[in-house]
Amino acid sequence: MKRVAITGAGCITAIGQSVDAFRDALFAGRSGIVELAQEARGDLRFTHVAQVADFVAADWLTSNQRQLAERCAQFAIAAARQALAQSQLMQVYAGDDVALVFGCSTGGRSAEEPETAKLYTKGGRVHPLTVPRSMASAGTSLVCMEHGITGPAYTLSTACASGTHALGQAFHMVRSGMVQAAVAGGHEAPLTYGFLKAWDSLGVVSPTGCAPFDTRRDGMTLAEGAAVFTLEAMDAAVARGAKILGELVGFGMSSDAHHMTQTNAEGPAAAMRRALNDAAIIANEIGYVNAHGTGTRVNDEVEAAAMRAVFGSAMQTLPVSSTKGLHGHAIGASGAMETLATMLALHAGMLPASAGLTTPDASLQLGGLLLQNRASEATYAMTNSFAFGGLNAVLVLRRVSAA
Amino acid sequence: MDETLDDITQQCIETIAKEKSIPADGITADSTLEELMLDSLDRVTLSFDLEEKYDIEIPEAQLRAVHTVGDVVLAIREAQAKKRGAATP
Repeated sequence: MKRVAITGAGCITAIGQSVDAFRDALFAGRSGIVELAQEARGDLRFTHVAQVADFVAADWLTSNQRQLAERCAQFAIAAARQALAQSQLMQVYAGDDVALVFGCSTGGRSAEEPETAKLYTKGGRVHPLTVPRSMASAGTSLVCMEHGITGPAYTLSTACASGTHALGQAFHMVRSGMVQAAVAGGHEAPLTYGFLKAWDSLGVVSPTGCAPFDTRRDGMTLAEGAAVFTLEAMDAAVARGAKILGELVGFGMSSDAHHMTQTNAEGPAAAMRRALNDAAIIANEIGYVNAHGTGTRVNDEVEAAAMRAVFGSAMQTLPVSSTKGLHGHAIGASGAMETLATMLALHAGMLPASAGLTTPDASLQLGGLLLQNRASEATYAMTNSFAFGGLNAVLVLRRVSAA
Repeated sequence: MDETLDDITQQCIETIAKEKSIPADGITADSTLEELMLDSLDRVTLSFDLEEKYDIEIPEAQLRAVHTVGDVVLAIREAQAKKRGAATP
Protein backbone atom coordinates (compact mmCIF):
# COMPACT_ATOMS: atom_id res chain seq x y z
CA MET A 1 0.00 0.00 0.00
CA LYS A 2 1.21 3.44 -0.88
CA ARG A 3 1.06 6.59 1.18
CA VAL A 4 -1.11 9.18 -0.57
CA ALA A 5 -0.03 12.80 -0.87
CA ILE A 6 -2.18 15.78 -1.73
CA THR A 7 -0.13 17.78 -4.23
CA GLY A 8 -2.67 20.21 -5.64
CA ALA A 9 -5.79 21.97 -4.45
CA GLY A 10 -8.27 24.38 -5.94
CA CYS A 11 -11.58 25.85 -4.90
CA ILE A 12 -14.47 28.05 -5.86
CA THR A 13 -16.39 28.98 -2.72
CA ALA A 14 -18.37 31.76 -1.15
CA ILE A 15 -15.27 32.66 0.88
CA GLY A 16 -12.74 32.57 -1.92
CA GLN A 17 -12.08 31.47 -5.46
CA SER A 18 -8.56 30.26 -4.78
CA VAL A 19 -6.97 28.30 -1.95
CA ASP A 20 -5.12 31.43 -0.80
CA ALA A 21 -8.34 33.41 -0.55
CA PHE A 22 -10.11 30.48 1.16
CA ARG A 23 -7.27 30.20 3.70
CA ASP A 24 -7.36 33.92 4.46
CA ALA A 25 -11.11 33.85 5.07
CA LEU A 26 -10.89 30.60 7.06
CA PHE A 27 -8.45 32.00 9.58
CA ALA A 28 -9.96 35.49 9.58
CA GLY A 29 -13.39 33.96 10.26
CA ARG A 30 -14.80 35.87 7.29
CA SER A 31 -18.15 34.34 6.37
CA GLY A 32 -19.48 34.08 2.84
CA ILE A 33 -23.07 33.85 4.04
CA VAL A 34 -24.99 36.76 2.59
CA GLU A 35 -28.54 37.93 2.16
CA LEU A 36 -30.17 36.77 -1.05
CA ALA A 37 -31.23 39.55 -3.39
CA GLN A 38 -34.93 40.27 -3.02
CA GLU A 39 -35.72 39.23 -6.60
CA ALA A 40 -34.01 35.85 -6.09
CA ARG A 41 -35.68 35.28 -2.74
CA GLY A 42 -39.32 35.33 -3.78
CA ASP A 43 -41.43 34.00 -0.95
CA LEU A 44 -38.70 31.89 0.68
CA ARG A 45 -38.85 31.80 4.47
CA PHE A 46 -35.08 32.12 4.75
CA THR A 47 -33.00 35.02 3.54
CA HIS A 48 -29.36 33.89 3.64
CA VAL A 49 -27.18 31.62 1.50
CA ALA A 50 -23.46 31.26 0.83
CA GLN A 51 -23.24 32.22 -2.80
CA VAL A 52 -20.22 32.48 -5.12
CA ALA A 53 -21.46 35.91 -6.02
CA ASP A 54 -18.73 37.20 -8.30
CA PHE A 55 -17.87 34.03 -10.22
CA VAL A 56 -17.12 34.92 -13.85
CA ALA A 57 -17.55 31.78 -15.94
CA ALA A 58 -15.92 33.37 -18.98
CA ASP A 59 -12.66 33.66 -17.03
CA TRP A 60 -12.49 29.89 -16.73
CA LEU A 61 -14.18 28.23 -19.66
CA THR A 62 -12.52 27.23 -22.91
CA SER A 63 -14.49 27.79 -26.11
CA ASN A 64 -15.41 24.10 -26.17
CA GLN A 65 -16.73 24.23 -22.62
CA ARG A 66 -18.73 27.43 -22.92
CA GLN A 67 -21.74 25.89 -24.58
CA LEU A 68 -21.99 22.80 -22.43
CA ALA A 69 -20.90 23.66 -18.92
CA GLU A 70 -23.70 24.71 -16.60
CA ARG A 71 -22.74 26.47 -13.35
CA CYS A 72 -22.28 23.20 -11.45
CA ALA A 73 -19.77 21.91 -14.00
CA GLN A 74 -18.20 25.37 -14.30
CA PHE A 75 -17.22 25.21 -10.63
CA ALA A 76 -15.63 21.79 -11.18
CA ILE A 77 -13.67 23.03 -14.19
CA ALA A 78 -12.36 26.09 -12.36
CA ALA A 79 -11.38 24.26 -9.16
CA ALA A 80 -9.78 21.36 -11.05
CA ARG A 81 -7.78 23.75 -13.23
CA GLN A 82 -6.32 25.38 -10.11
CA ALA A 83 -5.41 22.04 -8.54
CA LEU A 84 -3.86 20.67 -11.72
CA ALA A 85 -1.93 23.87 -12.39
CA GLN A 86 -0.46 23.65 -8.92
CA SER A 87 0.52 19.98 -9.00
CA GLN A 88 1.38 19.77 -12.72
CA LEU A 89 -0.06 16.28 -12.46
CA MET A 90 -0.80 15.81 -16.16
CA GLN A 91 2.71 16.86 -17.10
CA VAL A 92 3.99 13.89 -15.10
CA TYR A 93 1.46 11.05 -15.46
CA ALA A 94 -0.05 9.45 -18.56
CA GLY A 95 -3.77 10.12 -18.91
CA ASP A 96 -4.72 6.49 -18.30
CA ASP A 97 -2.73 6.37 -15.07
CA VAL A 98 -4.96 9.07 -13.59
CA ALA A 99 -8.44 8.59 -12.10
CA LEU A 100 -11.06 11.26 -11.53
CA VAL A 101 -13.82 11.00 -8.95
CA PHE A 102 -16.18 13.88 -8.22
CA GLY A 103 -19.03 14.06 -5.77
CA CYS A 104 -22.10 15.90 -7.01
CA SER A 105 -25.62 15.54 -5.74
CA THR A 106 -27.87 17.85 -7.69
CA GLY A 107 -26.29 18.38 -11.13
CA GLY A 108 -26.95 21.30 -13.44
CA ARG A 109 -30.20 22.58 -12.06
CA SER A 110 -30.07 25.99 -13.76
CA ALA A 111 -30.09 24.19 -17.12
CA GLU A 112 -33.03 22.03 -16.19
CA GLU A 113 -35.35 24.06 -13.99
CA PRO A 114 -36.18 26.93 -16.37
CA GLU A 115 -36.70 24.53 -19.27
CA THR A 116 -39.00 22.35 -17.21
CA ALA A 117 -40.90 25.36 -15.87
CA LYS A 118 -41.40 26.61 -19.42
CA LEU A 119 -42.49 23.19 -20.62
CA TYR A 120 -45.02 22.67 -17.84
CA THR A 121 -46.53 26.15 -18.13
CA LYS A 122 -46.33 26.93 -21.85
CA GLY A 123 -45.55 23.61 -23.50
CA GLY A 124 -43.32 23.53 -26.54
CA ARG A 125 -39.76 22.39 -26.91
CA VAL A 126 -36.89 21.84 -24.52
CA HIS A 127 -33.39 23.09 -25.31
CA PRO A 128 -31.39 20.27 -26.93
CA LEU A 129 -28.46 20.72 -24.55
CA THR A 130 -30.61 20.31 -21.43
CA VAL A 131 -29.49 16.71 -20.89
CA PRO A 132 -25.71 17.16 -21.24
CA ARG A 133 -25.84 20.41 -19.28
CA SER A 134 -27.88 19.07 -16.39
CA MET A 135 -26.45 15.60 -15.83
CA ALA A 136 -24.57 15.36 -12.55
CA SER A 137 -21.56 13.78 -14.24
CA ALA A 138 -21.05 16.65 -16.70
CA GLY A 139 -18.27 18.15 -14.59
CA THR A 140 -16.39 14.86 -14.53
CA SER A 141 -16.60 14.48 -18.30
CA LEU A 142 -15.62 18.07 -19.08
CA VAL A 143 -12.62 18.03 -16.73
CA CYS A 144 -11.44 14.69 -18.15
CA MET A 145 -11.70 16.10 -21.68
CA GLU A 146 -9.81 19.27 -20.82
CA HIS A 147 -6.89 17.50 -19.17
CA GLY A 148 -6.79 14.23 -21.10
CA ILE A 149 -7.67 12.06 -18.10
CA THR A 150 -8.54 8.62 -19.47
CA GLY A 151 -8.31 6.41 -16.38
CA PRO A 152 -11.28 5.41 -14.18
CA ALA A 153 -13.63 8.39 -13.96
CA TYR A 154 -17.05 8.80 -12.43
CA THR A 155 -19.35 10.98 -10.40
CA LEU A 156 -20.88 9.65 -7.25
CA SER A 157 -23.90 10.94 -5.44
CA THR A 158 -24.41 10.53 -1.71
CA ALA A 159 -26.12 13.85 -1.01
CA CYS A 160 -24.18 15.85 1.58
CA ALA A 161 -21.36 13.30 1.81
CA SER A 162 -20.66 13.09 -1.95
CA GLY A 163 -17.40 15.05 -1.93
CA THR A 164 -16.01 13.06 0.97
CA HIS A 165 -16.97 9.74 -0.59
CA ALA A 166 -15.32 10.88 -3.83
CA LEU A 167 -12.08 11.81 -2.09
CA GLY A 168 -12.10 8.59 -0.13
CA GLN A 169 -12.60 6.45 -3.21
CA ALA A 170 -9.84 8.24 -5.09
CA PHE A 171 -7.57 7.95 -2.04
CA HIS A 172 -8.10 4.18 -1.94
CA MET A 173 -7.47 3.87 -5.67
CA VAL A 174 -4.10 5.60 -5.38
CA ARG A 175 -3.20 3.84 -2.13
CA SER A 176 -3.85 0.41 -3.63
CA GLY A 177 -1.86 1.18 -6.76
CA MET A 178 -4.92 0.82 -8.98
CA VAL A 179 -3.93 4.19 -10.46
CA GLN A 180 -0.84 6.30 -9.98
CA ALA A 181 -2.67 9.54 -9.38
CA ALA A 182 -6.16 10.98 -9.08
CA VAL A 183 -8.16 14.15 -9.29
CA ALA A 184 -11.00 14.25 -6.77
CA GLY A 185 -13.37 16.52 -4.94
CA GLY A 186 -16.90 17.82 -4.97
CA HIS A 187 -18.88 20.46 -6.82
CA GLU A 188 -22.41 21.75 -6.55
CA ALA A 189 -24.61 24.64 -7.71
CA PRO A 190 -27.90 24.07 -5.94
CA LEU A 191 -29.08 27.65 -5.42
CA THR A 192 -31.88 27.64 -7.98
CA TYR A 193 -35.28 28.92 -6.94
CA GLY A 194 -37.00 25.56 -7.29
CA PHE A 195 -34.39 23.81 -5.20
CA LEU A 196 -34.33 26.54 -2.56
CA LYS A 197 -38.11 26.22 -2.29
CA ALA A 198 -37.74 22.46 -1.83
CA TRP A 199 -35.27 22.99 1.01
CA ASP A 200 -37.54 25.63 2.49
CA SER A 201 -40.39 23.13 2.60
CA LEU A 202 -38.20 20.66 4.45
CA GLY A 203 -37.92 23.15 7.29
CA VAL A 204 -34.22 22.68 8.05
CA VAL A 205 -32.78 25.97 6.74
CA SER A 206 -31.80 28.73 9.13
CA PRO A 207 -33.71 31.95 8.43
CA THR A 208 -30.59 34.10 8.69
CA GLY A 209 -27.45 31.94 8.81
CA CYS A 210 -26.22 28.80 10.50
CA ALA A 211 -24.60 28.69 13.95
CA PRO A 212 -23.40 25.09 14.38
CA PHE A 213 -23.21 23.77 17.98
CA ASP A 214 -24.63 27.02 19.36
CA THR A 215 -27.56 27.08 21.81
CA ARG A 216 -29.43 29.36 19.38
CA ARG A 217 -28.78 27.28 16.26
CA ASP A 218 -31.81 27.15 14.01
CA GLY A 219 -30.80 25.32 10.85
CA MET A 220 -28.34 25.02 8.01
CA THR A 221 -27.29 27.50 5.32
CA LEU A 222 -27.26 26.38 1.71
CA ALA A 223 -24.20 27.08 -0.40
CA GLU A 224 -22.54 26.39 -3.72
CA GLY A 225 -19.03 25.90 -5.07
CA ALA A 226 -16.34 23.29 -5.47
CA ALA A 227 -13.10 22.02 -4.01
CA VAL A 228 -10.81 19.72 -5.95
CA PHE A 229 -7.51 18.01 -5.10
CA THR A 230 -4.84 16.07 -6.90
CA LEU A 231 -3.61 12.93 -5.16
CA GLU A 232 -0.57 10.81 -5.94
CA ALA A 233 1.66 8.26 -4.29
CA MET A 234 3.82 9.95 -1.68
CA ASP A 235 7.07 8.37 -2.87
CA ALA A 236 6.50 9.48 -6.46
CA ALA A 237 5.46 12.96 -5.37
CA VAL A 238 8.54 13.36 -3.22
CA ALA A 239 10.80 11.92 -5.93
CA ARG A 240 9.58 14.46 -8.48
CA GLY A 241 9.89 17.33 -6.04
CA ALA A 242 6.15 18.08 -5.87
CA LYS A 243 5.00 20.31 -3.06
CA ILE A 244 3.21 18.12 -0.49
CA LEU A 245 0.17 19.95 0.85
CA GLY A 246 -1.08 17.16 3.10
CA GLU A 247 -1.60 13.44 3.36
CA LEU A 248 -4.76 11.34 3.31
CA VAL A 249 -4.38 8.39 5.67
CA GLY A 250 -7.83 7.03 6.45
CA PHE A 251 -11.32 6.71 5.02
CA GLY A 252 -14.39 5.21 6.61
CA MET A 253 -17.94 4.78 5.35
CA SER A 254 -21.18 3.49 6.75
CA SER A 255 -24.92 3.53 6.24
CA ASP A 256 -27.39 4.25 9.04
CA ALA A 257 -30.14 2.15 7.44
CA HIS A 258 -32.40 4.25 9.63
CA HIS A 259 -34.21 7.28 8.17
CA MET A 260 -34.18 9.52 5.08
CA THR A 261 -33.71 12.81 6.93
CA GLN A 262 -32.93 11.94 10.55
CA THR A 263 -29.51 10.71 11.44
CA ASN A 264 -28.66 8.44 14.34
CA ALA A 265 -25.37 8.16 16.17
CA GLU A 266 -24.44 4.58 15.33
CA GLY A 267 -23.83 5.12 11.62
CA PRO A 268 -21.62 8.20 11.97
CA ALA A 269 -19.73 6.57 14.84
CA ALA A 270 -19.11 3.47 12.72
CA ALA A 271 -17.77 5.60 9.86
CA MET A 272 -15.41 7.43 12.24
CA ARG A 273 -14.15 4.14 13.70
CA ARG A 274 -13.61 2.71 10.24
CA ALA A 275 -11.66 5.78 9.21
CA LEU A 276 -9.44 5.42 12.29
CA ASN A 277 -8.90 1.73 11.55
CA ASP A 278 -8.14 2.53 7.93
CA ALA A 279 -5.56 5.07 9.08
CA ALA A 280 -4.17 2.52 11.57
CA ILE A 281 -4.35 5.02 14.41
CA ILE A 282 -6.24 5.16 17.67
CA ALA A 283 -8.86 7.73 18.58
CA ASN A 284 -6.73 9.78 20.92
CA GLU A 285 -4.19 10.44 18.18
CA ILE A 286 -6.76 12.71 16.50
CA GLY A 287 -6.00 16.33 17.38
CA TYR A 288 -8.85 18.08 15.58
CA VAL A 289 -12.27 17.22 14.18
CA ASN A 290 -13.78 19.29 11.42
CA ALA A 291 -17.37 18.33 12.13
CA HIS A 292 -20.19 17.88 9.68
CA GLY A 293 -21.81 20.52 11.94
CA THR A 294 -24.71 21.70 9.82
CA GLY A 295 -26.32 23.80 12.53
CA THR A 296 -29.63 21.92 12.67
CA ARG A 297 -30.76 20.96 16.17
CA VAL A 298 -30.75 17.25 15.40
CA ASN A 299 -27.57 16.96 13.33
CA ASP A 300 -25.38 18.63 15.91
CA GLU A 301 -26.89 16.61 18.76
CA VAL A 302 -26.44 13.31 16.98
CA GLU A 303 -22.95 14.15 15.73
CA ALA A 304 -21.92 15.10 19.25
CA ALA A 305 -23.28 11.79 20.56
CA ALA A 306 -21.41 9.91 17.82
CA MET A 307 -18.15 11.71 18.63
CA ARG A 308 -18.60 10.97 22.34
CA ALA A 309 -19.14 7.31 21.48
CA VAL A 310 -15.91 7.18 19.47
CA PHE A 311 -13.63 9.48 21.46
CA GLY A 312 -15.06 8.98 24.96
CA SER A 313 -13.85 11.36 27.62
CA ALA A 314 -11.43 12.98 25.15
CA MET A 315 -14.45 14.96 23.90
CA GLN A 316 -14.11 17.12 27.00
CA THR A 317 -11.12 18.74 25.35
CA LEU A 318 -10.72 17.52 21.75
CA PRO A 319 -10.79 20.58 19.46
CA VAL A 320 -13.88 20.57 17.24
CA SER A 321 -15.20 23.13 14.82
CA SER A 322 -17.61 23.39 11.93
CA THR A 323 -16.55 25.65 9.08
CA LYS A 324 -20.04 25.69 7.53
CA GLY A 325 -20.64 29.06 9.17
CA LEU A 326 -18.09 30.38 6.67
CA HIS A 327 -18.59 28.52 3.37
CA GLY A 328 -22.11 27.25 4.08
CA HIS A 329 -23.42 23.80 3.27
CA ALA A 330 -22.68 23.18 -0.39
CA ILE A 331 -24.26 19.68 -0.35
CA GLY A 332 -22.02 17.42 -2.46
CA ALA A 333 -19.14 19.92 -2.39
CA SER A 334 -19.16 20.41 1.37
CA GLY A 335 -16.99 17.46 2.29
CA ALA A 336 -14.32 18.57 -0.17
CA MET A 337 -14.39 22.16 1.16
CA GLU A 338 -14.05 20.83 4.70
CA THR A 339 -11.20 18.55 3.68
CA LEU A 340 -9.51 21.66 2.33
CA ALA A 341 -10.11 23.50 5.62
CA THR A 342 -8.77 20.52 7.57
CA MET A 343 -5.68 20.22 5.37
CA LEU A 344 -4.95 23.94 5.70
CA ALA A 345 -5.46 23.80 9.47
CA LEU A 346 -2.97 20.95 9.91
CA HIS A 347 -0.48 22.59 7.59
CA ALA A 348 -0.74 25.99 9.29
CA GLY A 349 -0.75 24.55 12.81
CA MET A 350 -3.86 26.63 13.39
CA LEU A 351 -7.35 25.24 14.00
CA PRO A 352 -10.17 27.43 12.72
CA ALA A 353 -12.86 28.67 15.09
CA SER A 354 -16.34 27.27 14.68
CA ALA A 355 -17.89 30.09 12.71
CA GLY A 356 -21.13 31.44 14.09
CA LEU A 357 -20.54 29.90 17.51
CA THR A 358 -20.84 32.27 20.45
CA THR A 359 -22.71 30.30 23.13
CA PRO A 360 -21.83 26.60 22.90
CA ASP A 361 -24.68 24.22 23.65
CA ALA A 362 -23.49 22.64 26.90
CA SER A 363 -25.84 19.70 26.47
CA LEU A 364 -23.68 18.52 23.55
CA GLN A 365 -20.80 17.91 25.99
CA LEU A 366 -18.17 19.04 23.51
CA GLY A 367 -15.67 20.79 25.73
CA GLY A 368 -13.25 21.45 22.88
CA LEU A 369 -15.55 23.48 20.64
CA LEU A 370 -13.39 26.21 19.19
CA LEU A 371 -14.69 29.69 19.91
CA GLN A 372 -11.48 31.13 18.51
CA ASN A 373 -8.67 29.92 16.28
CA ARG A 374 -6.22 27.84 18.24
CA ALA A 375 -2.56 27.08 17.54
CA SER A 376 -2.04 23.34 17.39
CA GLU A 377 0.68 20.78 16.82
CA ALA A 378 -1.93 18.16 15.87
CA THR A 379 -0.59 15.44 13.58
CA TYR A 380 -3.94 13.88 12.66
CA ALA A 381 -7.31 15.45 11.96
CA MET A 382 -10.67 14.01 11.03
CA THR A 383 -13.36 15.48 8.80
CA ASN A 384 -16.95 14.20 8.95
CA SER A 385 -19.72 14.16 6.36
CA PHE A 386 -23.11 12.68 7.12
CA ALA A 387 -25.74 12.73 4.42
CA PHE A 388 -29.50 12.64 4.31
CA GLY A 389 -30.49 9.02 3.97
CA GLY A 390 -27.81 8.03 6.46
CA LEU A 391 -24.81 7.73 4.16
CA ASN A 392 -21.68 8.58 6.10
CA ALA A 393 -18.10 9.30 5.03
CA VAL A 394 -15.12 10.28 7.16
CA LEU A 395 -11.56 11.12 6.18
CA VAL A 396 -8.43 11.25 8.31
CA LEU A 397 -5.58 13.54 7.27
CA ARG A 398 -2.01 13.69 8.49
CA ARG A 399 0.05 16.81 8.80
CA VAL A 400 3.04 16.93 6.53
CA SER A 401 5.89 19.11 7.66
CA ALA A 402 6.06 22.35 5.72
CA ALA A 403 9.74 21.90 4.96
CA MET B 1 -43.17 41.93 -42.29
CA ASP B 2 -40.57 39.24 -42.89
CA GLU B 3 -36.93 40.04 -42.58
CA THR B 4 -34.92 40.21 -45.78
CA LEU B 5 -32.61 37.41 -46.83
CA ASP B 6 -29.68 39.55 -45.70
CA ASP B 7 -31.20 40.04 -42.26
CA ILE B 8 -31.68 36.30 -41.80
CA THR B 9 -28.17 35.60 -43.10
CA GLN B 10 -26.78 38.07 -40.60
CA GLN B 11 -28.82 36.49 -37.82
CA CYS B 12 -27.51 33.03 -38.74
CA ILE B 13 -23.93 34.27 -38.82
CA GLU B 14 -24.27 35.94 -35.42
CA THR B 15 -25.85 32.85 -33.88
CA ILE B 16 -23.07 30.61 -35.19
CA ALA B 17 -20.39 33.08 -34.09
CA LYS B 18 -21.85 33.19 -30.58
CA GLU B 19 -22.23 29.46 -30.25
CA LYS B 20 -18.77 28.65 -31.54
CA SER B 21 -17.07 31.67 -29.98
CA ILE B 22 -15.58 32.72 -33.31
CA PRO B 23 -15.55 36.14 -35.00
CA ALA B 24 -18.66 36.83 -37.08
CA ASP B 25 -16.73 38.66 -39.77
CA GLY B 26 -15.04 35.42 -40.84
CA ILE B 27 -18.41 33.80 -41.67
CA THR B 28 -20.28 34.26 -44.97
CA ALA B 29 -23.30 32.66 -46.59
CA ASP B 30 -20.89 30.41 -48.50
CA SER B 31 -19.10 29.16 -45.39
CA THR B 32 -19.73 25.46 -44.92
CA LEU B 33 -20.83 24.15 -41.54
CA GLU B 34 -17.98 21.69 -41.75
CA GLU B 35 -15.32 24.38 -42.07
CA LEU B 36 -16.96 26.23 -39.20
CA MET B 37 -16.49 23.03 -37.17
CA LEU B 38 -20.20 22.61 -36.42
CA ASP B 39 -20.66 19.04 -35.24
CA SER B 40 -24.01 17.26 -35.02
CA LEU B 41 -24.70 18.67 -31.54
CA ASP B 42 -23.90 22.21 -32.76
CA ARG B 43 -26.33 21.75 -35.66
CA VAL B 44 -29.11 20.69 -33.32
CA THR B 45 -28.42 23.67 -31.05
CA LEU B 46 -28.22 26.10 -33.96
CA SER B 47 -31.51 24.95 -35.40
CA PHE B 48 -33.18 25.10 -31.98
CA ASP B 49 -32.03 28.69 -31.46
CA LEU B 50 -33.15 29.76 -34.91
CA GLU B 51 -36.45 27.91 -34.60
CA GLU B 52 -37.10 29.65 -31.31
CA LYS B 53 -36.17 33.04 -32.76
CA TYR B 54 -38.36 32.74 -35.86
CA ASP B 55 -41.05 30.53 -34.30
CA ILE B 56 -40.70 27.97 -37.04
CA GLU B 57 -39.86 24.31 -37.37
CA ILE B 58 -37.12 23.09 -39.67
CA PRO B 59 -37.67 19.43 -40.63
CA GLU B 60 -34.94 17.16 -39.35
CA ALA B 61 -34.21 15.69 -42.79
CA GLN B 62 -33.62 19.18 -44.16
CA LEU B 63 -31.39 20.01 -41.25
CA ARG B 64 -29.21 17.01 -41.99
CA ALA B 65 -28.93 18.06 -45.63
CA VAL B 66 -27.78 21.66 -45.11
CA HIS B 67 -24.22 22.25 -46.18
CA THR B 68 -23.58 25.99 -46.01
CA VAL B 69 -24.81 28.95 -43.97
CA GLY B 70 -26.78 29.94 -47.06
CA ASP B 71 -28.57 26.57 -46.96
CA VAL B 72 -29.59 27.26 -43.35
CA VAL B 73 -30.99 30.63 -44.42
CA LEU B 74 -32.99 29.00 -47.20
CA ALA B 75 -34.30 26.38 -44.78
CA ILE B 76 -35.53 29.20 -42.55
CA ARG B 77 -37.23 30.95 -45.47
CA GLU B 78 -38.91 27.75 -46.53
CA ALA B 79 -40.11 27.07 -43.00
CA GLN B 80 -41.44 30.65 -42.78
CA ALA B 81 -43.24 30.25 -46.11
CA LYS B 82 -44.71 26.95 -45.00
CA LYS B 83 -45.93 28.50 -41.78
CA ARG B 84 -47.51 31.41 -43.70
CA GLY B 85 -49.19 28.93 -46.02
CA ALA B 86 -50.52 26.93 -43.12
CA ALA B 87 -51.82 30.09 -41.52
CA THR B 88 -53.74 31.12 -44.67
CA PRO B 89 -57.38 30.02 -44.49
